[in-house]
Amino acid sequence: MTATKTRILIAKPGLDGHDRGAKFIARALRDEGYEVIYTGIRQSPEAIVQTAIQEDVDFVGLSLLSGAHNELFPRVVDLLAANGAEDIIVFGGGIIPEEDIPSLKDKGVAAIFGPGTTTKQIVEFLESAREGS
Amino acid sequence: MDLVTEVRRGNLRAIARTISMIEDLEPEAEGLVDALYPYTGRSRILGVTGSPGAGKSSLVDRLITLERQRGRRVAVIAVDPSSPFSGGAILGDRLRMQTHATDGGVFIRSMASRGFLGGIAAATGDVIKVLDAAGYQSIFIETIGVGQAEIKIVELSDIVLLVLMPGAGDEIQAMKAGIMEIADIFVINKKDLSGADKLLAEVQYVLSFKSSVTGNDGEGGGPTGIGPQGVDNPILMTSAVHEDGIEQLQEAIEDYAGNSESCGKLAEKRRLRLERELLGILNRKVHELMDVHIEVSKQLPMWVERLYRRDARPYALINEQIRNFLKEKTGD
Repeated sequence: MTATKTRILIAKPGLDGHDRGAKFIARALRDEGYEVIYTGIRQSPEAIVQTAIQEDVDFVGLSLLSGAHNELFPRVVDLLAANGAEDIIVFGGGIIPEEDIPSLKDKGVAAIFGPGTTTKQIVEFLESAREGS
Repeated sequence: MDLVTEVRRGNLRAIARTISMIEDLEPEAEGLVDALYPYTGRSRILGVTGSPGAGKSSLVDRLITLERQRGRRVAVIAVDPSSPFSGGAILGDRLRMQTHATDGGVFIRSMASRGFLGGIAAATGDVIKVLDAAGYQSIFIETIGVGQAEIKIVELSDIVLLVLMPGAGDEIQAMKAGIMEIADIFVINKKDLSGADKLLAEVQYVLSFKSSVTGNDGEGGGPTGIGPQGVDNPILMTSAVHEDGIEQLQEAIEDYAGNSESCGKLAEKRRLRLERELLGILNRKVHELMDVHIEVSKQLPMWVERLYRRDARPYALINEQIRNFLKEKTGD
C-alpha cells in the first residue's frame, strides 16, 4: 500500500526577481507527477535549508540569474550538511557560465541546467539520482 | 534514530521524516502514530478555510507572528490540491509565510491532497498528532481553497475559521448550507475593498438562521452572531496585507477557545473527532481487507463488463461477493 512521492523544493536564492524559469520548472515537474514546494523569490540559503528539512524533500532545485551562484549554491549544500541533511540532492539552473560548472559540481551541486534544458532531461536526472541515493 | 523519541525532542528532521512516512502509507507509520498518541491532546488546532484567494495564507502568516509573541511554538499544515492527471502538485501556500522559515519555533509543512476530497489530505489527521506530540502548542491547518462542501476540516479542528472576501456576496448565499454552518469564527478579509460592509451584513443575515437568537451588535465586542449552546460566532474584519484587525482576530480566537473549553463544547468536539477518526480507520481497514480477499481491484473491470452487458445486477453482484467472503472466513 506504500505510495511514495518524490518531493522537490524549487527556490530562488539571491536578489534577482526573475522567477519565470523557476515557475516553469515547478509546473513542468508537477505535470510529471512530482510534489513541488515553491517558495518564491529572494530566499536566503538559511531559509531554503530550513524549508527543505521541514518539507522533507528529496531534491532542492535552485534558480538564479543574478550571477551569485558560485556563492549561494555551495552555501545551500554546506548548510544542508551542517543540519544533518546531506542526503538532500541539490541541483541548479539559470544563467550559469560553462566554466563555473565544474567547481560547482566539486562543491556538491549535483547538476546544472542552463537555458534550453528540456523537462525530459531534468526528469532523467531526478530519476537516476533518486535510484543512486 | 528512534523516531518517537526524536519527534518528542523536537528534532526537525525526525518530525519531517515521520510526516512523510505517514503520507506515503509506509508500513511503520501506524505504529509510529500509535506510539506518539499518548503524548497528543495538548495542542490547539485551528482550521483555516475559505475560497481560493481570500487570504488564508497571509492571515495565517500574521497570526503566527502573534502566537510567537505569546511564546507559543507554532506548526502549520498547508494543504494544496494534487493534479488529478499527473498526481503531482505545486505547493505554494508557504510562499506567504517564508518570513518564519528560519524561526526555530515555527514548523511549516505543505501537503498535497493526493486525491482526498474535502479540502484536506487523508493523512492530515495523523500529521496533526505528530506535531502535537512534538510540542507545538498552536497548530494551524490551512485547507485547499474550498467551495461549499469541503467541510472535512471541522472533523480535525478545535476551532474553524472561515475566511471570506468582499465581492463574493452571492457565494455566501450558496454556502449557507455547508461551510457557513461548520465555521466557528468568521473573518472578512480585505476589509479595505469595497463591498466589505455589504458582506458583513450578509454574513450576519445568514448566521441569524443558525439559531433562534438573532445576531447582536455588542458594544466594543464587534458584530457577532450567536452559535449553538451560547457560544458566540464572532465576525471579524481584517486586512492581512495591511496588518489591520489581526490582533482583534487573535483575541477573538483566544476568547472563543476559552469559552468553548469552559462550556464543554471543546471536549464534545474532540470526542466527536475521535469517533469520526475511528470510523475512518475502520472503513479504510475494511476496504483493504475486502480488496485483499475479494480482489476488488482485479475483478472490477470484469464486474463492470458484466453489468454493462446486463448479465449481472449491481446489488446482487456485490452481495454475492460479500457472502462468499464471509463463507470463506467462517470456513477456515
